Amino acid sequence: MSSQSTATLEPPATLAEARCFHCGEPCPDDSLALGEKLFCCLGCQTVFSLLQENGLERFYELNAAPGIRIRAASAAIKWAFLDDPAVQEKLFDFADKTQARVTLHLPAIHCVACVWLLENLFKLHPGVGRSVVNFSRREAAIAFAPDKIKFSELAALLASIGYEPQFTFGETDQAKPVLWRQKSWLQIGLAGFAFGNIMIMSLPFYLGLDSFNGPWFKAFAGWLALALALPVVTYSAADFWRAAWASVRQRMLTMEVPIVLGLTAIYGSSIFDVFWQRGPGYCDSLCGLIFFLLCGRLFQKKTYDRLTFDRDYKGFFPLSVVRKNSGGEESVAISRLQTGDHLILRNGELVPADAKLISGDACMDYSFVTGESEPVKCAPGERLYAGGRQVGGAIEIETVKPVAQSYLAALWNNEAFHKPGNYELDSLTNRYSKRFTKLVIGVALAAAVFWFFHDAAKALKAFTSVLIVACPCALALAAPLTHGTAQRLLARLNIFLKNALVIERMAEVDTIVLDKTGTLTTADAGGVCFQKAVSGKRKAETELSSDEAKWISSLARLSTHPNSVRIAKALGAAALPARGFKEIPGGGIEGEVAGHKILLGSRAWVESQIESGKRKAESGNQPEPPLVGANVWVAMDGVLHGAFVLENTLRPEVEKLIAQLGGRFDLALLSGDNEREAARFKKIFGVTAVLRFNQSPADKLNFIRELQARGRKVMMVGDGLNDAGALKQAEVGVAVVEKIGVFSPASDVILDAAQVPKLAQVLDFSRRAARVVRAGFVISAFYNIAGVSIAAAGLLAPIVCAILMPASSVSVVVFACVVTLWMAHRVGLRAEPQNSSEPFAEK
Amino acid sequence: MNVIILLILASLAVALIFLAGFIWAVRSGQYEDTLTPALRVLTEESKISESKTKPK
Repeated sequence: MSSQSTATLEPPATLAEARCFHCGEPCPDDSLALGEKLFCCLGCQTVFSLLQENGLERFYELNAAPGIRIRAASAAIKWAFLDDPAVQEKLFDFADKTQARVTLHLPAIHCVACVWLLENLFKLHPGVGRSVVNFSRREAAIAFAPDKIKFSELAALLASIGYEPQFTFGETDQAKPVLWRQKSWLQIGLAGFAFGNIMIMSLPFYLGLDSFNGPWFKAFAGWLALALALPVVTYSAADFWRAAWASVRQRMLTMEVPIVLGLTAIYGSSIFDVFWQRGPGYCDSLCGLIFFLLCGRLFQKKTYDRLTFDRDYKGFFPLSVVRKNSGGEESVAISRLQTGDHLILRNGELVPADAKLISGDACMDYSFVTGESEPVKCAPGERLYAGGRQVGGAIEIETVKPVAQSYLAALWNNEAFHKPGNYELDSLTNRYSKRFTKLVIGVALAAAVFWFFHDAAKALKAFTSVLIVACPCALALAAPLTHGTAQRLLARLNIFLKNALVIERMAEVDTIVLDKTGTLTTADAGGVCFQKAVSGKRKAETELSSDEAKWISSLARLSTHPNSVRIAKALGAAALPARGFKEIPGGGIEGEVAGHKILLGSRAWVESQIESGKRKAESGNQPEPPLVGANVWVAMDGVLHGAFVLENTLRPEVEKLIAQLGGRFDLALLSGDNEREAARFKKIFGVTAVLRFNQSPADKLNFIRELQARGRKVMMVGDGLNDAGALKQAEVGVAVVEKIGVFSPASDVILDAAQVPKLAQVLDFSRRAARVVRAGFVISAFYNIAGVSIAAAGLLAPIVCAILMPASSVSVVVFACVVTLWMAHRVGLRAEPQNSSEPFAEK
Repeated sequence: MNVIILLILASLAVALIFLAGFIWAVRSGQYEDTLTPALRVLTEESKISESKTKPK
């Protein structure tokens, strides 16, 4: 690195503003510059030059500093497994000799400029064809010529400009999801089309204009309406028929049964009326009914493209690992791993199967798997468990178990993962519809019997009329609309529900089980305190001098490692120029600030660095850290200076949350961590709550099961794979994630960590939403009573039906939406402007 | 009054054309992604600015 100025102390004001032109992160110094444009690292500069050479500078005009900093250059071997025909077959949408098309998940897509750059990818390589980005899914469909650019080269090209494709193990094992959405759009479109056209033809009858058209017009319009309604009944309503049939076979009276009963009655009596020229039939009401029902269903089936709620452990693993063979290293798909394979793991990579350490300094971070918050050092020969993440240099391991039988996978063999959740059958709507269906059939039969003895001709009409009017359109809409509105509202707060029914289950929760590490506590925002090294010369003090703080902060802010970020934040902003900044993965960072050479990193690394410099006799005088948490050691000018202790602290407002929840729910805390913090949590949770430490994933699952055996409705709030069993077993599983879109275990709710304090309000809101649904039922019952009494009297005219049905549906829809929004307002849930799916948002 | 039948059939024919258009739109995937096209519009002028900058 060339240094252009030799002065050690430059005015910090100008350099404080020095931000990378490519990625917008602060530049360590001004050594990397092209013209007036500064760059933070060589990677950013390379990408800029590449884009400039290919006429893609517009990337920088579309958004300020839109680039993604290349953290570590990825080795070409990383992508080699993509040239395996078996892997390609699973990933490609289409392939022949000259062309292939693949849809890649690129999580780095974040703004307009990304879309533009990726759709202009063909300018970077002649082998790349058309590419189309789907922003909301963070996907790009790319066509390329395999004879000009190999798939592995395409992946490497994307990675080199910052859009590293993400492949997950689970993805290649299953077929791509069917596009059910296309079908539902077609069903709705068809129903809407028929509804509108039949309504227009029915108007002359309703307005009494049929008198001068003669009976042939009546017949013509009637048959035309029947013809138009036929595809609606058979195609658009196909799902209702199927669901009704399934529920009858299971001897359940779900909502679909009265709907289908109504459809049959309406279409049947319409055919009858038209055939015997008694009237125009009820086809307009029929199509309108199906149209509204389908709209309600689509509204309820809101899905989040970026989120997956059903991931198992496979989704957590990468698609391939580096295997050592006789000739060197090769990249191999995880599904092909065998016991006894020797693998190379680099910093940040996962152990894919239970294994034995062969060589290297292994430091395993099991926090996501077990909840243990501190990494564990391992010696060669020691057992490493699947799911652990290596922190530090490269290690070599030998697998001892197949992937599917390893520690992590074993949890998934538990029966909790095999029984399908039959919650849908037990929804509010279905409970209500059981009674409703019986009542309607009873009333219809009673009316038929009554008329049979008084006016036999009217008996059949009265019977069908009751079924027609009682068709539970409004009833079926109350829940979807309320839930759908609630679901969308929560999504704006970064609280994502797997489906709309979750809110109903949430309303019934009476016990809340919380995980500790990562859920209530966070490693990101905790306190930082400094402990000075105690040596003969210096007296023990726990404060850094303000100059020292500035120097360390200036260095720490250059690294993106979470510990550096925390230290820089705790020490306050300072932006003195740092020279020779270097980041050693698994070790620490080093650099020269204001003439002082500063080392910041793990104890082992800092010590080894000092010793290689000049041996100091002070090594015996390290302070013993009295507090828990990761320690970051500092050395200045070759002298060990002290250590930062980073505490695992409670998330803000957690104490308030527990206090709020404590009054209304039974609380329990389960932690995979040891008991050192028991006293602290006892104080927060109070004496009645159950606190358990050293819990294995199976313990957590069993705890939930015990509660359920006692009739409790449990909500589990957790974050790691160690909570996966409990999340699955609980009535409502809430996965807490630091960043939306990253891996989270199978759950019903994905909750942004920042929203954890809002949990009490969300639960309150869900109870109110359930009340809104019930109120919707009451409204529709009111309409039904009015309609059924007309119908039972044998007076139902098509026009009454045509007005009553849409009116009841629309009023329920409006009621459900408006009242749900108002409830959210009263509970105090208000969407903040921050939204991660906003395409113009800052990174 | 036979003309009303002609009129109804004509209007139905027009409506069917729109229905066909809708089915085509759904089939061709236009309902799959409703966000990205809105972003693409913002970057569309690239063709103009490219042709302007090329002679330089």
